[in-house]
Amino acid sequence: MKKYECPDCGYIYDEAIGAEHEGYPAGSKWEDLPEDFPCPDCFVREKPDFVLKEG
Amino acid sequence: MTKNPNVVEVAASAPVSDQDSAWIKSKRYWYLTSIALPAIPLVSAFFAVQTGYGLLLWFMVAVMYAILPFIDYLAGIDRANPSDELVEELQSSRYYVYVMYGATAMHWASLVGMAYVVSQFDFSWFSILGGALSAGIANGVALVAGHEMGHKVNDKGQVLCAKLVLACSGYGHFFIEHNKGHHKDVATPEDPASSKFGETIYKFVRREIPGAFRRAWELETARLHRLGKSEWSLSNEIIQPALVTVAAYTLMLAYFGPIMIPFLMIAAAFGWWQLTCANYVEHYGLLRLKDKNGRYERCQPKHSWNSNHKASNLVLLHLQRHSDHHAHPTRPYQVLRDFPEVPALPSGYPWMFFVSMFPSAWFSLMNPKVVSWAEGDMNKVNIDPDMRDEVFKRYHNPKAAA
Repeated sequence: MKKYECPDCGYIYDEAIGAEHEGYPAGSKWEDLPEDFPCPDCFVREKPDFVLKEG
Repeated sequence: MTKNPNVVEVAASAPVSDQDSAWIKSKRYWYLTSIALPAIPLVSAFFAVQTGYGLLLWFMVAVMYAILPFIDYLAGIDRANPSDELVEELQSSRYYVYVMYGATAMHWASLVGMAYVVSQFDFSWFSILGGALSAGIANGVALVAGHEMGHKVNDKGQVLCAKLVLACSGYGHFFIEHNKGHHKDVATPEDPASSKFGETIYKFVRREIPGAFRRAWELETARLHRLGKSEWSLSNEIIQPALVTVAAYTLMLAYFGPIMIPFLMIAAAFGWWQLTCANYVEHYGLLRLKDKNGRYERCQPKHSWNSNHKASNLVLLHLQRHSDHHAHPTRPYQVLRDFPEVPALPSGYPWMFFVSMFPSAWFSLMNPKVVSWAEGDMNKVNIDPDMRDEVFKRYHNPKAAA
């Protein structure tokens, strides 16, 4: 399970957790999210802006 | 890191004096004005009943358009920014959130209180109109509190209070439309909540209100469909606050009588109008350019109008430090910062809102500022398409500015 961080607000998308409220259940793979998936916290960064978190 | 090094980060690391830090800490008491401000219609209504002087019901209107601008003028400018350490400290304190909860309760008390007074005592229609408009100003201020809390989408308490306080004027769709719609499309012709050069506020409002509602509904429908739910369900976060509004308004109608129909309609509409004024003022004429792939450039600090007027910033939760808000939408009000060289309004929101209602005064005040912002190149301005030729003929002169 990978994690990706929003470069603006620091929100972390964890594939194990997903973004339930926005309609992406736990286990939703990063690859399966749409390209225009916005940060579910600040909404001003999109999927291509996110940074893969190491470790 | 992919983060762009822009003014935002530079300004944040500037040295901060002890005096500034002490002032910023002391603002915690001034933020209580967010609870005091909605109490003003209640207090003035109380005195109207006590003295029988119904014109006192207009008091909140005077506060907004006369008293606040005057205090704003006297109190001057506040450029103080918190240091990084102070940002940490202020951001982790729940006190600032509790002030917002207090404001939520006071907004409802104020609306119901004014409804009670106009319905149960014998005032002239003109005084009652003042009461409704005063309640409308408070409803507009409620949208500022709802805006602040509505951005904190991972804090259940704040989201709940955002829905409750937005429900005062039946504008519960705002936090969806604003977070996911306006912040994404800001300063583009596609955004119904960004005003265009040459567009009067009376034209803007006809684009803004339906456009914002439509966008909110589409975004919420898409979210619910991803969840496998219908948009017509109680999970719909537009329907939830709407039900609060319907329930509260129905109760007031039942207890306070038919006068509630015009009273609540005027109070809600005038609350919406305050938001329209805010949207009109905040990004007037400013435009994000497209890159060669046809994607809009990121929203930069230069894409919002700002004001550092001390008094209005304290009562409006630093919403006027709008560039930082758009750069970091989840940043709480107590740590919003000023940046050098961002577009600046000549006064705080209360006075700007007043001016915006007089198109020729607005245009003569703001059009030259937009033109100089764009360095005379009107291709870089968000222009009302109906005015395009006229605007180009009159203002387009990129060489003169260069």
